[in-house]
Amino acid sequence: MSISVKNLSKHYDKQKAVDAISFEAKPGRILGFLGPNGAGKSTTMRMLTGYLDPTLGEAEICGRIISTQAIEAKKHIGYLPENTPLYLDMYVKEFLNFVGDAYQLSNLSARVEEVIKQVGLTPEQHKKIGMLSKGYRQRVGLAQAIIHNPDVLILDEPTSGLDPNQLVDIRALIKELGKNKTVVISTHIMQEVEAICDDIIIISKGKIVANDTLEGIKNTHQNSSLEDIFRKLTA
Amino acid sequence: MYAVFKRELFSFLSSMVAYITIGIFLLVSSLLLWFFPDTSLLEYGYAELSGFFSLVPYLFMFLIPAITMRSFAEERREGTYELLVTKPITLWQIIAAKYLASLVLVLFALMPTLVYWYSISKLGFPEGNVDSGAVIGSYLGLFLLGSAFTSIGIFASALTKNQVIAFVVSAGLCAFAFLGFDFTSQLIALQKIETLVVAFGINEHYISISRGVLDTRDLLYFITFSAVFLWCTRLIMGGKK
Repeated sequence: MSISVKNLSKHYDKQKAVDAISFEAKPGRILGFLGPNGAGKSTTMRMLTGYLDPTLGEAEICGRIISTQAIEAKKHIGYLPENTPLYLDMYVKEFLNFVGDAYQLSNLSARVEEVIKQVGLTPEQHKKIGMLSKGYRQRVGLAQAIIHNPDVLILDEPTSGLDPNQLVDIRALIKELGKNKTVVISTHIMQEVEAICDDIIIISKGKIVANDTLEGIKNTHQNSSLEDIFRKLTA
Repeated sequence: MYAVFKRELFSFLSSMVAYITIGIFLLVSSLLLWFFPDTSLLEYGYAELSGFFSLVPYLFMFLIPAITMRSFAEERREGTYELLVTKPITLWQIIAAKYLASLVLVLFALMPTLVYWYSISKLGFPEGNVDSGAVIGSYLGLFLLGSAFTSIGIFASALTKNQVIAFVVSAGLCAFAFLGFDFTSQLIALQKIETLVVAFGINEHYISISRGVLDTRDLLYFITFSAVFLWCTRLIMGGKK
């Protein structure tokens, strides 16, 4: 099991942003993390990646507990935060080299070339990140997440704000990556879920309200559309 | 840690921040030392740099906060801090990298002023008649003072996402750490422990090193000073995410 979460909770004063959630994710499958805004998706992802410390419970990444074996666990995670924060004053290659250095990769320049090709950044590779369009920034964000070939990929709304062409490209890329990695993505877009996810977790007000495979969730709700299921469970 | 240090330093050098702040520092110090008659070394008539060394701490109060103000504030405002923290790097490594990168920039600002030393030694009579021991001690003192101010600046930058607030807070803290204890010690209520209060201030130790005698107590003071502020930074960044 590459991701195993037990009773994970995050409390801000009395508000429970994430309330004792437990789930698991397997390699070779893409897990869609759905929920309305403010449901606790990003908070959960931030706890999985070690950015936030959980109030209670624990998350295990490839057998390492994130809160106690943070450095070891982080080596196995590739993470794209919400809104794709990047150092806008750096050049694409300079930035990817920096990230590779942070992971202490050997043979870095070859690996940088490889990921640039993989995410389709070749035409823009000599530009400053600040000069790139949103779609290409997203690709830089993905490139920095996969540069160390992690077992677990956590992507927080990787397709928000992209145009339809870019959407198709990025989804295809995620699908490709999901073949041998454990991928967790969060999104609001139901077509996206149907297009790329194998398993689904719906979270509402900090609690898991559904955790099943894509087919499973449709069967239990008499084949109504995913959108209706989402509204029924989270309203 | 080296990766973060390199990135910090390169981002200073590729943005205008470094050149503008260092440029203004050199411009102001040269004007005050060689051109304006009230403070000019040429008018002063003695071949020594003590005027320069008593002036620089005041310039550092503005120069160093300007260098350090962005270190954590900008990363947290832009969200890149999240990117950094989720890499396999410890918080201590991030703090140390940012601290050292800023300190290297302070060194870059100080290096060109070695020209003043050369000029003064040429102007001395007979030529080369300059108290080099005192000058070396003073440069060491300035470096240690810079390291203390840098730790204050990094700390202030961790307090807020707003660079202007970080600048003002660190300039204020630097001024207080440098002078505040001297002034406070003059309060009547504190006169019995005056020397103790003064010993907390940077100025006392800076002057002591500037005499050209390196006392381990002064060295220890500066190291402890930086350590305390970096530790406070660690405390703040560890709790605030």
